[in-house]
Amino acid sequence: MSNELNYLLKRAARGLMSRREFVGRAGALGVSAAVASSMLATAARAEGPVKGGLLRAGMQGGESTNTLDPALAASEVPFAVNMLWGEMLVDVNAKGEIDYRIAEEISASADATEWKFKIRAGVEFHDGKTVTAEDVVATLKRHTDEKSQSGALGIVQGISEMKAEGDMVTLKLAAGNADLPFLMADYHLIIQPGGGVGAEAAGIGAGPYKVVSNEPGVRHAFEKHANYFDTTMGHADQVEIIVINDNTARTAALQAGQVHMINRVDPKIIDLLKGAPGISIEHVAGRGHYVFIMHVDKAPFDNNDLRMALKLAINRQEMVDKILGGYGSVGNDFPINGAYPLFDETIAQREYDPAAAAEYYKKSGHDGSPIVLRTAAGAFPGAVEAAELFQQSAAAAGIPLEIKREPDDGYWSDVWNVQPFCASYWGGRPVQDQMYSTAYLSTADWNDTKFKDPAFDATLIAARAELDPVKRKAMYSELANNLRDNGGLICPMFNDFVEAKREEVGGWEPDPNGELMNGRALARCWLNA
Amino acid sequence: MRRIPLSAIIGMILTGAFILSALLADFIAPYGMAEVVGDVWEPISADHWFGTDTIGRDMLTRMIYGGQTTILVAAAATMISFGTGSVFGFLAATMGGWIDQAMSRFVDLLMAIPSLILALVILSVMPATLTTLILVMGFLDATRVFRLSRAVAVDITVMDYVEAARLRGEGWRWIIFREILPNALSPLVAELGLRFIFAVLFISTLSFLGLGVQPPLADWGGIVKENSAGLVYGKSAALIPAFAIAALAISVNLVADWVLSRTTSLKGGRGA
Amino acid sequence: MHPVVTLVAQRIALGLLLLLAVSVLIFLGTEALPGDTAQAILGQSATPEALANLRAELGLDQPALTRYFGWLGGILTGDLGVALTNGMEISSELGKRLGNTLFLAFWAAVISVPLAIILGLVAARYVGRWPDKLISGVTLSTISLPEFVVGYILLFFLGVKWQIFPPMAMAFPGMGLFERLYTVMLPVLVLVLVVLAHMMRMTRAAILNVMQSAYIETAELKGLSPMTVIARHALPNAIAPVVNVVMLNLAYLVVGVVVVEVVFAYNGVGQYLVDHVAKRDLPVVQAVGMVFAAVYIGLNILADVISILANPRLRHPK
Repeated sequence: MSNELNYLLKRAARGLMSRREFVGRAGALGVSAAVASSMLATAARAEGPVKGGLLRAGMQGGESTNTLDPALAASEVPFAVNMLWGEMLVDVNAKGEIDYRIAEEISASADATEWKFKIRAGVEFHDGKTVTAEDVVATLKRHTDEKSQSGALGIVQGISEMKAEGDMVTLKLAAGNADLPFLMADYHLIIQPGGGVGAEAAGIGAGPYKVVSNEPGVRHAFEKHANYFDTTMGHADQVEIIVINDNTARTAALQAGQVHMINRVDPKIIDLLKGAPGISIEHVAGRGHYVFIMHVDKAPFDNNDLRMALKLAINRQEMVDKILGGYGSVGNDFPINGAYPLFDETIAQREYDPAAAAEYYKKSGHDGSPIVLRTAAGAFPGAVEAAELFQQSAAAAGIPLEIKREPDDGYWSDVWNVQPFCASYWGGRPVQDQMYSTAYLSTADWNDTKFKDPAFDATLIAARAELDPVKRKAMYSELANNLRDNGGLICPMFNDFVEAKREEVGGWEPDPNGELMNGRALARCWLNA
Repeated sequence: MRRIPLSAIIGMILTGAFILSALLADFIAPYGMAEVVGDVWEPISADHWFGTDTIGRDMLTRMIYGGQTTILVAAAATMISFGTGSVFGFLAATMGGWIDQAMSRFVDLLMAIPSLILALVILSVMPATLTTLILVMGFLDATRVFRLSRAVAVDITVMDYVEAARLRGEGWRWIIFREILPNALSPLVAELGLRFIFAVLFISTLSFLGLGVQPPLADWGGIVKENSAGLVYGKSAALIPAFAIAALAISVNLVADWVLSRTTSLKGGRGA
Repeated sequence: MHPVVTLVAQRIALGLLLLLAVSVLIFLGTEALPGDTAQAILGQSATPEALANLRAELGLDQPALTRYFGWLGGILTGDLGVALTNGMEISSELGKRLGNTLFLAFWAAVISVPLAIILGLVAARYVGRWPDKLISGVTLSTISLPEFVVGYILLFFLGVKWQIFPPMAMAFPGMGLFERLYTVMLPVLVLVLVVLAHMMRMTRAAILNVMQSAYIETAELKGLSPMTVIARHALPNAIAPVVNVVMLNLAYLVVGVVVVEVVFAYNGVGQYLVDHVAKRDLPVVQAVGMVFAAVYIGLNILADVISILANPRLRHPK
């Protein structure tokens, strides 16, 4: 191995250089990306985590209205906070595989209707009690109760029977679902002592860190849980999440060293921030997507020619370049991309085609009055600008759009899922079934395009219990094509998670499941002295 | 007629230039208002004198149309606030008694709630048009003008010449417009310039909260906001509208200062 | 009783009445907000079943009048209830936030009020000459830039580039006074720049106005130095408008600092309020509204009282 490569490897292993930069520079020395990545992983393990210290993250997505009740977590900070003090049955790792947490073994019946989870022995809650199968069942039961207002209600509703026997939890499903373990990785389903009944927001869990101070919208402070079962996590003695919603302030705090890592770097400033000393940018393609949604049951969007005209009148590449600063990929009018298992790469990419759009627009017989597109700065980062770009590209096809900017305040209650045409954001799900079931099934509460197609529903439900991956992939491909050509979703782009950390942070690994290493960055990373 | 000071002339020329460019926006703007003509944040060039903005629109064009919106909204709102605020303020001071109390307490009531929160509530209930925006801003600001003009007028109403007018049996119209107004003019004019700037800044704050004018139209404050992400990293696009706001504000105030000194000397002449 | 005492007592009584009226207004106003709390809490994750459950649980189905009196009684006994969104005690949360906001406002006021009055006096003394023009020009520029631009510029130079003050001004419990002052220096500076011009210009205008009076001429003819004339004779008579503007700006320091809080990630009341307005957390919005109103009304009573005491004609009525 050349000296230079060795030197680069050491620096990268200690976190003094980003993984991406290392792979790039190793590539310049003639080492393939795959080899460089595995070299780095080995070197990082050899270098080993440094214990102790105080690790701080500055995050967007927290408000003073946040609570520690995992059932109610919806934004980024509560998610990251809960991932520090809580553990689920299982998690999904960076490769998209099941990572066993409180469950150490899972088995299923042949038709995927009965599932058994073996509970890991000797896992301890912060209050000193041991995690039992009863705690797991009580937790799932609490989320089934509609009074809990749980974000996982839709997931646990499919469970018809649950029981605890010794160290075994048995779940019976109303209909077979091969993806159940992935559903159990939902971030709301954190195991709490006694299911958290009566102490929903106590913040007592089995996670790597204990809650020390909980000031919603300001700061969440933690100390290490001494008896944590997994020694590969929880290196720093103390960790803190500091809520800094303003983009500029968050970056400034990172540059001044007040925090060690930040989420959501504004795409526009990535290239500018790269030049700052001591900072590295980390980004990974995720499953989240920025969308414009049309209600297919309301005029004029009940006309598929008009929908097609709008789908052809959006310039996807321009959006990726200007709204995401190039850190993302173009969408194809269905909510799935290559980050999902069983994705069909052969589906043709829809391109910007003003001539074809104009054709469809004419065919739709629309009266030429402006079509109102509602947006808000909070719909997704850059949503107003994206609407302005859409208006311009549609104008080139002779389609008049009128932008109506709504206040962030009340956007998700008064505009999204209410108005027929608006900007929105989807965070993505670990598996295709969950994404389609959440938003495109006829009966889904969040069917925000009002897309109701019995054939689509039937295929989706059949795919759940289909255990042959080839057949399953074909079914998902059928669903994707159906949505792409008939649905109310205009999906111009999938956004990358773009984050930044200081160079003294070691142990960073990209994870496409969620921001900041799927909420585990503070627990998995360490501070190099 | 005294010689007009240089600062006032500069102020008048600049203010005039801003107003003129706002009026002639359609003729002098090099590109379409919302037209995307280049890349993100292109530097200054012969094609784009001020560079391009956050999604590649011509900055000069944005500035010209932004000035139109800003000046229209701020000027209209200031006119409303002064028209209503000062008349009611003088009225309250002149009438005194329960009318004064009722009006003052009602204004206190409105002012006791932060205007931003009030604006937020009103604008989220009403349709967000340019007219609504102007009316909301004008009437919220009128409370401030009311308070000041009442405070000034109360001091004047205890003056002997007002009492003399009262004893002469003059009506409230005479007292307000012939006795109080001329004597209260200088602090009010000084306030006028400031209130105009506040109106400009208030629109930008509303744009900041997503309640300003509808895109792709934007006021200067909105353009600052659109481009502010790059500010800390040396992308100067956001500074152009910020300086425009400052330049407009300063030139308006240079004129106001001159008016102030003129009225003051007029009054001094009469008092002597 | 001396008429001034009566006048002052009257003002205070009126202030309290006003506060009661404001409580009605705030209650009605928050009721009129579109959307409802349950929907706002659940946001994008609202399912119809969850919504119905939450509404019943929050007591949103009870009549408004019942809720108003329950709420008013709570305020009088110091119990502001719990936030609907996260079940935390409003009085303790708000207390902490209010402490931070007042800390910031206090230091901004300590620096800006004397500075504004001194600069105003100097500008009036040298009216039309270079000190006047310089002071007016500089204060005018700072007031003419949107707050977040001033904030970002200071943040960039003092916080990131030269690293003199920390860019993140968040106050933690257990900080010493000096550490805390150092931490909040950037937002204090921004606030000073924002409120300075208005107060300074009003001082200058009011003084110049008074300077036209006959008794100033008398004082000048007595041979007093210009600064003495301004400070001893003009200033006391210019107090009413100056005090009014100062109070307006002090109120602004407390109730209008949301933008500054956002830019410097400061944990004050403004951000707390905006978050809860966005979530339609009515108990919090109402509580903060009442606190703001009380601050505002209190400052105004103070301004009125000072104006009354400063006006010789009101002090010695014929």
